[in-house]
Amino acid sequence: MMNIIDRRLNPSGKSLPNRQRFIRLAKATIREAVVRSIKDRALGDVGSKEVVDIPVKRIAEPRLRHSAEGGDRDQVLPGNKEFVRGDTLPKPKSGRGEKGSQASPDGEGEDSFRFTISAEEYLDVLFEELELPDLAKAQLKDTSVVRYRRAGHSPTGSPSNLNLLRTMRKSLARRISLRRPKSDDFARLEAEIAELEAMSERTPEEDEKLGALWLEREKKEARSRRIAYIDPVDLRFNRFEATPQPSAQAVMFCLMDVSGSMTEDMKDLAKRFFLLLHLFLTRQYEHVDIVFIRHTSEAKEVDEETFFRSAETGGTVVSTALAEMRRIVDERYPVDDWNIYAAQASDGDNYSSDSQTCIELLTTQILPICQYFAYVEVYDRRQAEIFLSSLNVSELWKDYQSVAVDRPNFAMKRVFSKADVFPVFHQLFAKARNAAA
Amino acid sequence: MSQLLFDTGEWTFDTLKRTYDAIEDVAVREMGLDPYPNQVELISSEQMLDAYSSIGMPVFYHHWSFGKRFARDEAMYRKGYSGLAYEIVINSNPCISYIMEENTMTMQALVMAHAAFGHNHFFKNNYLFKEQTDASGILDYLNFAKSYIARCEERHGITAVERILDTAHALMDQGVNRYGRRARPSLSQEQARAEAREAHARENFSDLWRTLPPSRKGAAKPAKRLEPRRGAPSLPEENLLYFLEKFSPNLRDWERELLRIVRNISQYFFPQRQTKVMNEGCATYVHYKIMNRLFDLGKISEGAMLEFLTSHTAVVFQPDFDDPRYGGLNPYALGFEMMCDIERAAMAPTDEDRIYLPEIAGCGDPMGALKEAWANYRDDSFIAQYLSPHLIRKMKLFKLENHAAEPRYKVAAIHDEFGYRDVRRALASQYDPGFRDPNIQVTEADLAGDRRLVLTHKMHNEVPLAEQEAKAVLAYVGDLWGFDVELRGLNDLGVERYRHEFAPAPPMESGPLY
Repeated sequence: MMNIIDRRLNPSGKSLPNRQRFIRLAKATIREAVVRSIKDRALGDVGSKEVVDIPVKRIAEPRLRHSAEGGDRDQVLPGNKEFVRGDTLPKPKSGRGEKGSQASPDGEGEDSFRFTISAEEYLDVLFEELELPDLAKAQLKDTSVVRYRRAGHSPTGSPSNLNLLRTMRKSLARRISLRRPKSDDFARLEAEIAELEAMSERTPEEDEKLGALWLEREKKEARSRRIAYIDPVDLRFNRFEATPQPSAQAVMFCLMDVSGSMTEDMKDLAKRFFLLLHLFLTRQYEHVDIVFIRHTSEAKEVDEETFFRSAETGGTVVSTALAEMRRIVDERYPVDDWNIYAAQASDGDNYSSDSQTCIELLTTQILPICQYFAYVEVYDRRQAEIFLSSLNVSELWKDYQSVAVDRPNFAMKRVFSKADVFPVFHQLFAKARNAAA
Repeated sequence: MSQLLFDTGEWTFDTLKRTYDAIEDVAVREMGLDPYPNQVELISSEQMLDAYSSIGMPVFYHHWSFGKRFARDEAMYRKGYSGLAYEIVINSNPCISYIMEENTMTMQALVMAHAAFGHNHFFKNNYLFKEQTDASGILDYLNFAKSYIARCEERHGITAVERILDTAHALMDQGVNRYGRRARPSLSQEQARAEAREAHARENFSDLWRTLPPSRKGAAKPAKRLEPRRGAPSLPEENLLYFLEKFSPNLRDWERELLRIVRNISQYFFPQRQTKVMNEGCATYVHYKIMNRLFDLGKISEGAMLEFLTSHTAVVFQPDFDDPRYGGLNPYALGFEMMCDIERAAMAPTDEDRIYLPEIAGCGDPMGALKEAWANYRDDSFIAQYLSPHLIRKMKLFKLENHAAEPRYKVAAIHDEFGYRDVRRALASQYDPGFRDPNIQVTEADLAGDRRLVLTHKMHNEVPLAEQEAKAVLAYVGDLWGFDVELRGLNDLGVERYRHEFAPAPPMESGPLY
């Protein structure tokens, strides 16, 4: 007798909890690998799978087993071709002969364990300790988007929300407690009356009984008229509570200086930063728009391709980009509906008479509507050595420093090399950022 | 109308059923096999990987090591370094075999013959499986284990559960009773017992006790509860998991239950570890016989037969010792050759066979002889009893001595008149769990005194343990035991060769105990 069962439709992935436990255990190593990888990843590649090598020591499963060496041991081997009894063979030099080896693949020989984590797991680890600044969250609360959620029952409400089950339960309880006559009682009474009435001759006792029954019927009818089957006090309605919903959409402005002084190197650093910010926002919001604004002496909204690729010549007036951003916000992104993030990348050059305009625009027009404004100053390799000391700072950096005072939704950092991008990003959004500041 | 059971590589449920019936007819009616009822389950390759990672069982508790195994197997499979097994078979009643949907129809036939009849017959009839496993209760028990461990994780946290399971897994090989066992409740009763224990605790719980003011010696009290009176251990004890479960002074009840679960599962798999050669030999021999018989009956085509022979030869391939592909003796090859050799000796014995295999030589009933062997032996005794000079010559087996003191290996015996018995004895002991697994016992545990736990490794021929691993395991044991532990290696003369010690860190400020 055989039973044949098709299990192919059963959910696979039964091993997922095992995997989660494994990743939890190897978390430290995975984290290191992920952070390392972000440094040397190709652009646009962030957010794909990652291969992680885990030192086997951390995830070893030791057992009590015989060592591969030492002691006297006999073994039987197949395929003898030329040996006779008494022959001797040289032992392999490397201590661990491939012959006597009884060690399993889990044994001491293995140096590291390599496995692949999925894109989702990769991002989880990448952004594990990051969060949006508190300030941004505070603003999230008073957004106008409202979502209705069930919240128990109430005695008032619109008829479409009537909860029949609850209402009937209440009604039944009330009818029982007030002893409203049941239809069964009426039926019994009617039957008795009908029986008596049908008699052609009645004894005086029966007449008397009939009279009593009539009286009782009248009383009961009156009582059941007085006590309604369903009374307004029985009514129960499903109650819905309006909970303000954090606006689930965000727009991210990427501002970049594309004047001649920005080399490819610098743009690459900027792009990495923008990329990270985008990934991060995508995980926090249901919907994220990106607006690319590049500027020389004048600013323009462009598509991504143009933003990163084409070079421009001309002077550098930062305020134009800020003004353009404000214009686009007014035009397309009502502040009530959108969470606004901005990241600006620049080499720090600015037309000197522009500083005052810049500062004013930022403090009065931009920062009040932004959840977060991050400024990163990028350097290419040659400049890095000069600017590494914090004494040498650019014009724009000086201006922005005055803005940064007392404005928690404004942050600025300098990025010297690819390796810095993630740490800087991490500093900007680390959970402890606000606590430390 | 052709008699073929199937004529394409594609399988359907219909052909599966028809083929199964034909196989069953050959296996049960002609060969006289006695299997459990069969349940064949079709799974995808993804699910096969899943099953791999939980040592082939359909339900299993969660642990990170299975995730690790899964990650490795998956990577190997995706890159094409290794294929998946064609089937997995479970020693249960009914006997469950998993077959993969990717297999061709020929492979499905082979797999059903191999697993559903070969392994199945072996599981049902071998004395070790009969004595030490409970085929009808295992799935219930695994279900219980899974939900119990899941509940522990919920209540006490994954880390706390992993601490116990890691240790238990490290001692799994030392968590079996090697020789027989006393009568105990069947596995399916375990669940009822655990539940009854919990229910009792629940019923006797009274919130009133919580309201009592703490006594001045409050700290001493919970410690007392930790150490319920237990019978004095009878030493030495070779089942380390059992010993820890029963006598470890520092464990809570649920922790003991976890050790018990791992120990029971280890015991369930113990017969499989002792009968690898026989079990695979039996299954391979059975599928070989059945497929050939079906071919003779005209029920499978020549094309299918060739496909079968290709995979069969791949399975029983034994590279020579100097071949780069050599990775030890292939249990399929050795087992299959021995079964075939028994058949040969039964049907066409030589004078030599009459000397070496007097019981079966020329008895004329190969199936009878084989069934007798399958029922009453395990690998080492089977080899000692049945490895014939003919097979030693065929496989050109030789014995190599490796003395630590000597600079060179020595060929001690080859396939000649002087060597047969020597080779046979050496090969048998290679499969003897008494030699293969290190002999480690609890020899001292002064429960009333300093509670120092002493494990003694009785070294055989001075073969030491893998040192780093042994130290790591000792640290695990010390962590659970809570007091100093020590591992000594004594050689055959009783001289101490090494000693590892481990002192657990003093316990942290302990939180609430229950």
